[in-house]
Amino acid sequence: MFGKLTFAAVEQGPIVLVAQLFILFGAVAVIGLLTYFKRWRWLWKEWLTSLDAKKIGVMYIIVALVMLFRGFTDAAMMRTQQALSVGASHGFLEPHHFEQVFTAHGVIMIFFVAMPLMFGLLNLVVPLQIGTRDVAFPFLNSLSFWLFVAGASLAMLSLVIGQFAATGWLAYPPLSELAYSPGVGVDYYIWSLQISGIGTLLAGINFVVTILKKRAPGMTLMRMPIFVWTALASMMLVVVSFPVLTATLGLLFLDRFGAMHFFTSSFGGNMMMYVNLIWTWGHPEVYILVLPAFGVFSEVVSTFSQKRLFGYTSMVGATMAITILSFVVWLHHFFTMGAGADVNSFFGIMTMIIAIPTGVKVFNWLFTMYRGRVLFKTPLLWFLGFVALFTVGGMAGVLLAVPGADFELHNSLFLVAHFHTMIISGVLFGDFAALTYWFPKIFGFRLNEVWGRRAFWGWVVGFMLAFIPLYILGFMGATRRLDHYPAGLGWHPLFIVAAIGVVVLALGGLFQVVQFIKSIRERAQTMDTTGDPWNARTLEWSVSSPAPFYNFARIPHVHSRDAFWEAKHEKIDLAENEPYTDIHLPKNTGMGIYIAATALVFGFAMVWQIMWLVVLTGIALVVLPVIRSFDEDLEYTIPAAEVARLDAAHASTI
Amino acid sequence: MSKYTFPLLMAILAAIGALAFFLGGNHIVLLHPRGAIAARELQLMETAVQLMLLVVVPVFILTFGIAWHYRAENTRARYLPNWDHNVMEEAVWWIVPMIIIVVLAVLTWRSTHQLDPYRAIDASTPPLTIQVVALDWKWLFLYPAQGIATVNYLEIPEHTPIDFEITADAPMNGFWIPQLGGQIMAMPGMVTHLHLIADGPGTYLGLSSNFSGAGFAGMQFSVQATTTSAFTSWATRTAHATTTLDFPTYQALARPSAHNPPTFYALSDIHLYTKIVMQFMASSSPVR
Repeated sequence: MFGKLTFAAVEQGPIVLVAQLFILFGAVAVIGLLTYFKRWRWLWKEWLTSLDAKKIGVMYIIVALVMLFRGFTDAAMMRTQQALSVGASHGFLEPHHFEQVFTAHGVIMIFFVAMPLMFGLLNLVVPLQIGTRDVAFPFLNSLSFWLFVAGASLAMLSLVIGQFAATGWLAYPPLSELAYSPGVGVDYYIWSLQISGIGTLLAGINFVVTILKKRAPGMTLMRMPIFVWTALASMMLVVVSFPVLTATLGLLFLDRFGAMHFFTSSFGGNMMMYVNLIWTWGHPEVYILVLPAFGVFSEVVSTFSQKRLFGYTSMVGATMAITILSFVVWLHHFFTMGAGADVNSFFGIMTMIIAIPTGVKVFNWLFTMYRGRVLFKTPLLWFLGFVALFTVGGMAGVLLAVPGADFELHNSLFLVAHFHTMIISGVLFGDFAALTYWFPKIFGFRLNEVWGRRAFWGWVVGFMLAFIPLYILGFMGATRRLDHYPAGLGWHPLFIVAAIGVVVLALGGLFQVVQFIKSIRERAQTMDTTGDPWNARTLEWSVSSPAPFYNFARIPHVHSRDAFWEAKHEKIDLAENEPYTDIHLPKNTGMGIYIAATALVFGFAMVWQIMWLVVLTGIALVVLPVIRSFDEDLEYTIPAAEVARLDAAHASTI
Repeated sequence: MSKYTFPLLMAILAAIGALAFFLGGNHIVLLHPRGAIAARELQLMETAVQLMLLVVVPVFILTFGIAWHYRAENTRARYLPNWDHNVMEEAVWWIVPMIIIVVLAVLTWRSTHQLDPYRAIDASTPPLTIQVVALDWKWLFLYPAQGIATVNYLEIPEHTPIDFEITADAPMNGFWIPQLGGQIMAMPGMVTHLHLIADGPGTYLGLSSNFSGAGFAGMQFSVQATTTSAFTSWATRTAHATTTLDFPTYQALARPSAHNPPTFYALSDIHLYTKIVMQFMASSSPVR
């Protein structure tokens, strides 16, 4: 009846019990509060079923921040274990538990933190920047979000019922095969990524179409804000690379479920095929995350230097060069697997070539500041932190790209330090800069500067304390994923410094929470009544803050790159005095939630092999989209007169 | 205050870097190579870093200088809000990094071929073959010519090229002796190669670099490099060990176990390595 599921799946010892209780109490608290304040209807109507890209964006970011807390807790557990578990002491985590913690950390940080932060930003910013009212396929957007939530929920569920993969975040076979991982951990891994991966692919298609087809009149490709360019590049990478992930995990599933032998040790399976395939997706994934962050920095540097972005054409060229090159470097993740010198050299050199367009971007940002008037607001501080750390991480990266050097550094903590530098200083700092920068556009008031600064220093100093020791540890022969090490190697002091770094990082996070609370309480003083709090350049700042639910009362016309900057300096009307017309917007629908909830149950049933439930939910997953496709009543209309009234109300507040 | 952001960042970076370097001290083994391969790999890293500094140092200086000079309070600085491109300048930062990458590419091509782990080392002494098997969770070393086998302990003669033939009877592992030179993966049903040489006697750390399951942390072994005569007498003594290793005793050894102490065997089946590799090829092989 319940497949492999028994009551034993929830009993896992004291540490997991604490986490289980934490999740349980959290859920009860949220449900209790919503019930007490009678907010269920509001939540359902205003948020959960909304097809408004801005609201979906906010939800993406909220879920991502919750998952960031989980992923960070995992990281803190790992570093605490490594600071304690030396010589005779074995720390507080069993190897079996430690493995799940580092696997979950990687999976959660990439798929359920970095990705949704980026998608959240795209939802908030892209439609506004290209002068449109919504994405191309609003329902698909909601479905993408909810599929991501379903995937993340399934991964979290593994903490409560059963276990998560204990294989490392990419689940290399044969370790991830049934012979070595007989439990349900890898199945949870496969299905949480399959479900959220489908959501990601759909979102990718949605944004490519949105950017290519829904731009305001006059906004040619070469007039798009650079953030939109990087979003387009990133989304094209999603469309090309995510099917590879889906197929690869599908084959691994067939190995485990169908006794096939794609990647097994015996019967002609080839584990190296998996490693190649997963990195064919995995390397572009890095650029899927970092390219939009580059776009953010371009916007931030230009705005806070009060000057046009330097070398726009170069920037576009560099972005596209990185996009293409990111597909021909995947082998640098496994120079040590025994490929010949010709192959290794080729991939090493291709990798170094990426340093050229990346360097060009850095120089263009610097020359945007050159002859500007640089305002050191928090978003610009994140940029400076990024330049300092990303350059160091980039040097480490080029070093790893030289096969002869990589042989001594691969899979060591040097590698771990390298990619954390790229992802934290590149992606996360970019996201933080973006959240500070666009926060007023979404919520109508600015974030507190003083606490933003404190958070910045907490993050930067914490990061350096946590990761610089890891660069050195790599040179000391320390490999990743060790739950214990001998005392005589001299690693212990550096692991202690790294653990202190985690505490400082946590302070940085705490400061952000304080910043957020303080900003809400003092919002009366930072209210943005102009719609343009930073004296910025692009279309999103031409509408009120928070942006109206229809984005633009009248669609703007674009004649240059920094269309809004030009309009406000030459005092022209962006909509060219066109009359108001009726606005058609998509109606709310709960179908995204229904489909994703069904997918969650389907994934759960697959994990535990509850076959009747698999069949039932499988059928539902086909039927529900069909039902939606027969729904003809999809839009509602705001009459032109109403639009005019709302717009006039906004104009009078300025 | 904010104009100090970047210099402050640089100062903290340097201070923490120095602290970490100081705490590492003599234990930063990659800086103390004890074999020709490791020495050349270190040299390669040094050259690559120097080349990169040609770009990175100017970036740091420019960031510092520009952010300082063009801060908004400094109203004496030139302000050209619409100055947004300059062909000459952009050409410089496309072309200069390109030149550096071309140099680095040549260096990469050459060094990758010279340091190819599969390439035999030129030396006057004939090479010694050691067969390496990564097991759950220990290392088995077979010395076919000497007729001996060891677990979690590797003894090698100095100044002698060692030809490692590497496989696994477990999930993927990485075979790595940092002070002698770079690593290579160990995979079931496959044989990979690694050539290393020790330049002098000493005890070095060896370990697995690729996560392989619960006992992974215990997959460390000590490498003892000795004089040729000491190695020969050690091998002769070990060949008379009371425990012998053949395929059935190997199969018992191959069962999962962790933190195994160094163990020594007389190797009674010199085809053991081939049998270990080939068990994944046979039609009667276990499903793995």
